[in-house]
Amino acid sequence: MSNEELKNKILAICPDAEVTEGKQFLNARVPGNKLHEVALKLRDSKDLAFDYLTCLTGADFPEYMTVIYHLESTLYRHMMVLRANTADRENPVLDTVSDIWATADFHEREVYDLLGVRFANHPDLRRLLLWEGWGYPLRKDYVDEVRIVDR
Amino acid sequence: MAEQEFDKIQTQEYLVNMGPQHPSTHGVLRLLVKLEGEIVHNVEPHIGYIHSGIEKMCESLTYPQLPYLTDRMDYLSAHMNEEAVCLCIEKALEIEVPDRVKYLRTIISELQRLASHQLWWCVMGMDLGALTTFFYGLRDRERILDIFEENCGARLTLNYSVPGGVMFDMHPNFQKRVKEFITYFKKVLPEYDQLLTGNVIFQERTRNVGIFTKEECIAWGVTGPSGRGSGWSCDVRKHEPYSALPFVNFNEVLYYGCDTLDRYKVRIQEMWESMSIIEQLIDNIPEGDYQVKMKGVIKLPEGEFYQRVEAARGDFGVLIISDGKKNPYRVKFRSPGFSNLSALNAMSKGWKIADLVAIMSSLDLVIPDIDR
Repeated sequence: MSNEELKNKILAICPDAEVTEGKQFLNARVPGNKLHEVALKLRDSKDLAFDYLTCLTGADFPEYMTVIYHLESTLYRHMMVLRANTADRENPVLDTVSDIWATADFHEREVYDLLGVRFANHPDLRRLLLWEGWGYPLRKDYVDEVRIVDR
Repeated sequence: MAEQEFDKIQTQEYLVNMGPQHPSTHGVLRLLVKLEGEIVHNVEPHIGYIHSGIEKMCESLTYPQLPYLTDRMDYLSAHMNEEAVCLCIEKALEIEVPDRVKYLRTIISELQRLASHQLWWCVMGMDLGALTTFFYGLRDRERILDIFEENCGARLTLNYSVPGGVMFDMHPNFQKRVKEFITYFKKVLPEYDQLLTGNVIFQERTRNVGIFTKEECIAWGVTGPSGRGSGWSCDVRKHEPYSALPFVNFNEVLYYGCDTLDRYKVRIQEMWESMSIIEQLIDNIPEGDYQVKMKGVIKLPEGEFYQRVEAARGDFGVLIISDGKKNPYRVKFRSPGFSNLSALNAMSKGWKIADLVAIMSSLDLVIPDIDR
């Protein structure tokens, strides 16, 4: 499926989505409160069939935090990038997609652990790699005076 | 007591801690296993013992420094990891590397895959109580490591690929030694089957154990040989060929049994395919430069770049978010072991604790790959 067709399909599912052609993949940014609904439709729609969540990660930008989902359809072999932003740095919350793609379970725990983004309705949201009380190291304002030497 | 009341009585569930020093967890992985008798009810992996914050470290390094760190993640497929990073950087800079580089990279990657599968095979045998396999596997792996040592000076963490090419031209003996190895290994690979595959005890312990269907594999993101043992065609080499892979003919190995034995068979068969790929390339390495002239300071254009390769354990992805500076803004490594481990609970629920060892072995976990 060409990117143009893909774009129309995504806009039909979610009219508020902001769809841009990235350098590699089609990028679709959806509002945080629509994320779960859109993700479910992307997987279940017959001609999109994004059944494989390749990569789930997050990033911390100056104005907002974002969670990035690389999706692939094992049937049609097309890929896209879904993303959702949250401007709230104190208590960032997005809906979980672990009920849609089971692999998101661990990946979301990792994002929570390293970036501090919470996922609502996640079955078991605990820290994965670090222990409780540690900061969120992948945030840009993270300072660890003990372990990081500033050069 | 009436019959129904007997049915209500159950054995007490208890928790067993497996690892972090358990020999079959292949490193510092801790599993909290909930058992009823011998039956596994729940497996909860506790990871992070050797989390070294590689993604965070990458943010303060320059681009040519990245491949040194990726080597240390999945050390058994070190070259595939660094190849992914280099391909990602080259894609962002829109650099086309010479054919000689592509050939060398693919040959080294396939040798690395052979070495990785050999180590997996000997460890799998050992996990199931067959110590001899360990000597056979390491005997052959040593020969590949010797080739690496002669060619790039390192045996494990190769640091061979750099953005824009490979670090050195191939050693004059390289082609001769690789061909010698292929001839040798073709003779001894059938021994692997005679020693372990056909063994009755081994078959009894693996056949129809740890069934994981194709649909489950896709949902849990179980890629690589573990996914292909369930009939999921997920070989990145086939679907998004990179380096010299478009120039060769090879088959994607698929088995449909969904059990531990089929995940085992995929890897054995993949060793034959890897040898066939190397044979097609080794005599035709084109003349040319082994590096593209790169600027002293590499700066990537702004944007996001994603590159996937097929590492020995599955789909390895690199995501680089660049803001135009000399070091990346954010780097994410999508490691196959991480997703494969997350499926362990779903895969081993309801099986015996001895089967858990076999299932875990068939996933071929490497812990630094998971913890990063």
